[in-house]
Amino acid sequence: MNKSKLKKITSARLFLPIVCLIAVLLLNVIKTPDFFNVSIRNGVLYGYIIDVINRASELVILAIGMTLVTAASGGQDISVGAIMAVAAAVCCQILSGGQVSVNEYQNSIIIAVIAALLASALCGAFNGFLVARLNIQPMVATLILYTAGRGIAQLVTNGQITYIRVDSFKMAGGYIGKCPIPTPIFFAIITVLIVYLILKKTALGLYIESVGINGKAARLVGLNSTMIKFLTYVICGVLAGIAGIVASSRIYSADANNIGLNLEMDAILAVALGGNFLGGGKFSLIGSVIGAYTIQALTTTLYAMNVKADQLPVYKAIVVVIIVTLQSDVFKKYIAGLKAKKSVAVEGGQK
Amino acid sequence: MEQNVVLEMRDISKNFTGVRALSHVDFTLRKGEIHALMGENGAGKSTLIKVLTGVHEFESGSIHMAGNSNAIVNHSPQEAQANGISTVYQEVNLCPNLTVAENLFIGREPRKMGMIDWKQMNERSGKLLESLDIHVPPTQMLEECSIAIQQMIAIARAVDMKCRVLILDEPTSSLDDDEVEKLFVLMRRLRDEGVGIIFVTHFLEQVYAVCDRITVLRNGELVGEYETKDLPRVMLVAKMMGKDFDDLADIKGEHKDKKKTKPEPVIEAKGISHKGTIKPFDLTINKGEVIGLTGLLGSGRSELVRAIYGADKAETGTLKVKGKEAKINSPLDAMKLGMAYLPEDRKAEGIIADLSVRENIIIALQAKRGMFHPLSKKEMEEAADKYIKLLQIKTASRETPIKSLSGGNQQKVILGRWLLTNPDYLILDEPTRGIDIGTKTEIQKLVLDLADQGMAVTFISSEVEEMLRTCSRMAVLRDGQKVGELEEDELSQSGVMKAIAGGDDK
Amino acid sequence: MKANGMQKKKMTGNGFLLLITIALFAVMYIAGMIIFADKGFAKPQMFLNLFVSNAGLLVIACGLTIVMITGGIDISVGSVTALICMVLADLMENKGVNTYVAVLVALLIGVAFGVVQGFLVAYLDIQPFIVTLAGMFFGRGMTAIISTDMISIKNELFLKWANFRFYMPFGSTNKKGKFIPAYIPPTVVIAVIVVIIIAVLLKYRKFGRKLYAIGGNRQSALMMGLNVKRTMFQAYVLDGFLAGLGGFLFCLNSCAGFVEQAKGLEMDAISSAVIGGTLLSGGVGTPIGTLFGVLIKGTISSLITTQGTLSSWWVRIILSLLLCFFIVIQSVIASMKKKAK
Repeated sequence: MNKSKLKKITSARLFLPIVCLIAVLLLNVIKTPDFFNVSIRNGVLYGYIIDVINRASELVILAIGMTLVTAASGGQDISVGAIMAVAAAVCCQILSGGQVSVNEYQNSIIIAVIAALLASALCGAFNGFLVARLNIQPMVATLILYTAGRGIAQLVTNGQITYIRVDSFKMAGGYIGKCPIPTPIFFAIITVLIVYLILKKTALGLYIESVGINGKAARLVGLNSTMIKFLTYVICGVLAGIAGIVASSRIYSADANNIGLNLEMDAILAVALGGNFLGGGKFSLIGSVIGAYTIQALTTTLYAMNVKADQLPVYKAIVVVIIVTLQSDVFKKYIAGLKAKKSVAVEGGQK
Repeated sequence: MEQNVVLEMRDISKNFTGVRALSHVDFTLRKGEIHALMGENGAGKSTLIKVLTGVHEFESGSIHMAGNSNAIVNHSPQEAQANGISTVYQEVNLCPNLTVAENLFIGREPRKMGMIDWKQMNERSGKLLESLDIHVPPTQMLEECSIAIQQMIAIARAVDMKCRVLILDEPTSSLDDDEVEKLFVLMRRLRDEGVGIIFVTHFLEQVYAVCDRITVLRNGELVGEYETKDLPRVMLVAKMMGKDFDDLADIKGEHKDKKKTKPEPVIEAKGISHKGTIKPFDLTINKGEVIGLTGLLGSGRSELVRAIYGADKAETGTLKVKGKEAKINSPLDAMKLGMAYLPEDRKAEGIIADLSVRENIIIALQAKRGMFHPLSKKEMEEAADKYIKLLQIKTASRETPIKSLSGGNQQKVILGRWLLTNPDYLILDEPTRGIDIGTKTEIQKLVLDLADQGMAVTFISSEVEEMLRTCSRMAVLRDGQKVGELEEDELSQSGVMKAIAGGDDK
Repeated sequence: MKANGMQKKKMTGNGFLLLITIALFAVMYIAGMIIFADKGFAKPQMFLNLFVSNAGLLVIACGLTIVMITGGIDISVGSVTALICMVLADLMENKGVNTYVAVLVALLIGVAFGVVQGFLVAYLDIQPFIVTLAGMFFGRGMTAIISTDMISIKNELFLKWANFRFYMPFGSTNKKGKFIPAYIPPTVVIAVIVVIIIAVLLKYRKFGRKLYAIGGNRQSALMMGLNVKRTMFQAYVLDGFLAGLGGFLFCLNSCAGFVEQAKGLEMDAISSAVIGGTLLSGGVGTPIGTLFGVLIKGTISSLITTQGTLSSWWVRIILSLLLCFFIVIQSVIASMKKKAK
């Protein structure tokens, strides 16, 4: 009885992500006992945990898009980091009106944001067209923008880092008025809520899963597989655009080389850590969100252990390999085979 | 082992998760004979072949090959090949991007100083092909060859690897008559050279044209082994079908009388076609009528309904649905006009494996309603429960993933999916394939009930007697063309067979 | 009869792509010779420079061609190159290791990447993209762990290799009428030898043909008795070795190790292979085609450098566009084939 209960818990979808998150948090508490301490300094919340939640915001937003793309197409969009850079470049370039550094907007912020989101939607649509319409493997298709994207962003900003030294622009990555909670957290929460509501209030979630599991069958029951896959890439692009604007607001500039750098890996990792199968099909949005916070907590921990930013990918790559190995059918079969042998041995012993 | 015998399988049994697929089956193949392995779908032919070639393990029994005193057990097709057993499948297992010669010799290429000797390889291929009367240049890419040639190349590869047992698994399904004849010439030649050939096919004529002996299986059991010349065709059919036929023969009787009202056409197709699969056809389907589509595998049965349903978009012709002209670009259009389509390949095109029974049932209705009108949780659960009960679907719960259900129950879920959309026109493409006999009967009865309630149904099945039980009219297809219709009074085993064969009075 | 008509189209498909590539290269190069004649684009040395600056890439792209023929991919090669340059620089400059030993270690690192990635792809059946994506991040991160600063290589023997030149009997005359012979460094010789060896391997060795068979139809390859897993594993190991060797050649050009080195090289290599006629879906591709792909990439960058005012980002953008173009053509040809059937 107890055993089956335990099994039920361990086989639950969110078991892996939650355990990972707890493990990372525990590690932190042991290393830095004041990890969960939250205080108010200079009128804003302050503390390790706040920092983790704040810094994870862009990743959470990306992970949502990545989850949808993964579920529908069975592949990942590795261009999200580059799309962030494009969106940031477009936004800042419009705001600065072409100058390197400005102290006030040269154009309306609304136009800038809309243009940035349109640009990122366009990037998403490009990826979506290649994947959904031309049936190109998602990773190969998005590899194009992965490499060209930052080049495009450089062209947009004429190869310079464009600074927008305007307080209202800094708000998205900083604080709004006297609110003590960092704004990016709101961005993340609102994005999660909106996507969650869309999935809840429409049948999109079911459509995406159906297309991801069996595209042929999905078509015969009246779903437009091509359209749905395409849509997930556009959504993923737009979300990357939002993340890009937040990221550029943090540093009140568009740095085409560094905005969203290596984030595609984190986003994929978040999806995998969230218990989602990278081959597509059923997905859990919440799992990916938990996965994203776990990754950020891990990153912060590594920073605390004096690991440099450039070196982080090593550890993340190892985690990715471990997760995909655990997810792989061959490995599962191998483990199942071991278990079967063991149980046979036990039975034999009893006789 | 008796002389002349090249392969002997004794007392073979095999279970699939509790279902007995083969039960104490014996099979004997002699040197230099073509031996047909016959049986309905689900009789155990392919399981027996797979046991022999090492794709499946078997629980009990033994396999002996001539010249080897020990029983052999094959663990993989490669091992079977090493033991002299080669298989050519309907879907040719060759590499399209390589030349004919490479496909013949890959893995055992002739070499000179460690390098592949292309010249010698091409020469040897040329000789081999010539000796078997296959006319194709060895340097041609395989993808440029017709399926028939590809099949012969696969056979040539087997021959050159000194196979003693050659298994041909439905090799003729996608061949035209000329090509079949060429294949037969090749088969006879190999037989004369002493190869034992196991020929699996659905086509009775072909059996009588080329086979020396026939082994019949039914429901995983051996019915018997016969000399072809001693077994008249009618007897063969009777042996394949067994007594189940009588048990079910009268289910139609109960439904027969009511069908005298004026026909109300639901579907009127005129000149519909899809390039390469189905030539232009006309077809009218009336309310409350079960129309059967019959013809050999690959005759265009599935393709015809796919063109109507928009699964393969029709390129010519007009379609009227309930008297109104309709334009169908995609399955969704067809669904909105009240059509429903249960596809032939349940696994590849029917079930959405990881989704629950509930989701699999409601998905079509949901798609029809559109993304922005999601069914509520309650509606979904009610719908799922209703059809689980109505169709007696055996599942642990409505949230169980459909992939863990048995084939028959999966099929019922798909049926439930379509009934939920409340269609006027239901297309069933091989709804009973690979399903146990009990479920088969249930589905057949259901079809008749639905027709009584006024639904128009198109029923496709490879089993003629099943169609005779359910259909009130049949359209006959041959080579991607509709060649005629049989009215109710013409429906009989022999009538249908004759129509399928096409005027040939054999 | 009907079948024959379709076959002709198919036959031209793959050869057709290579033909486009060669024509494209010729057109681009000749156009460059005409437009930039005054800037010395027509000199023989300019042509040889295509090889000189892309010797490493050529070797790496050959490795990619091999895994792509099996239907796989490897996007770790850029990072592996950076790691190898860094290891070479670090071992020779900071650790004082013998030059030969350092080179050996560098090559072994490449093989190690191949072994691990090959194991995960071939035996655990994990998508090659995910595996090599992890490899890509691992390599780049390891580079940073060794050093985040740039290390220049001053090792005498290494520099002697790097600066060695084979002079050609032909060349050009400078303004003063003095004859300047064209030259190639040893890297080019090695790269060309590699291309030839790989070409022979793929055409005349069982291993090579198995790769094509697996890429053409994995299931069939298995049914025909080929050891698919082992062959794929070997393909990734060979690819890893070539990435290591390519990284070494790359280092002979750059004579330095730094974290950002060879960024996006995987893209250059993949584009070169695809532009050279390698199918992303597997089963088709030759090192010779890839050679032309590399030459096109080289021509684009030398055109843009010669032009002078355009940002170097254009190289990658144009290359991406070209890659996109070829991917689309491939996809169209594939769907035509499917329809024909």
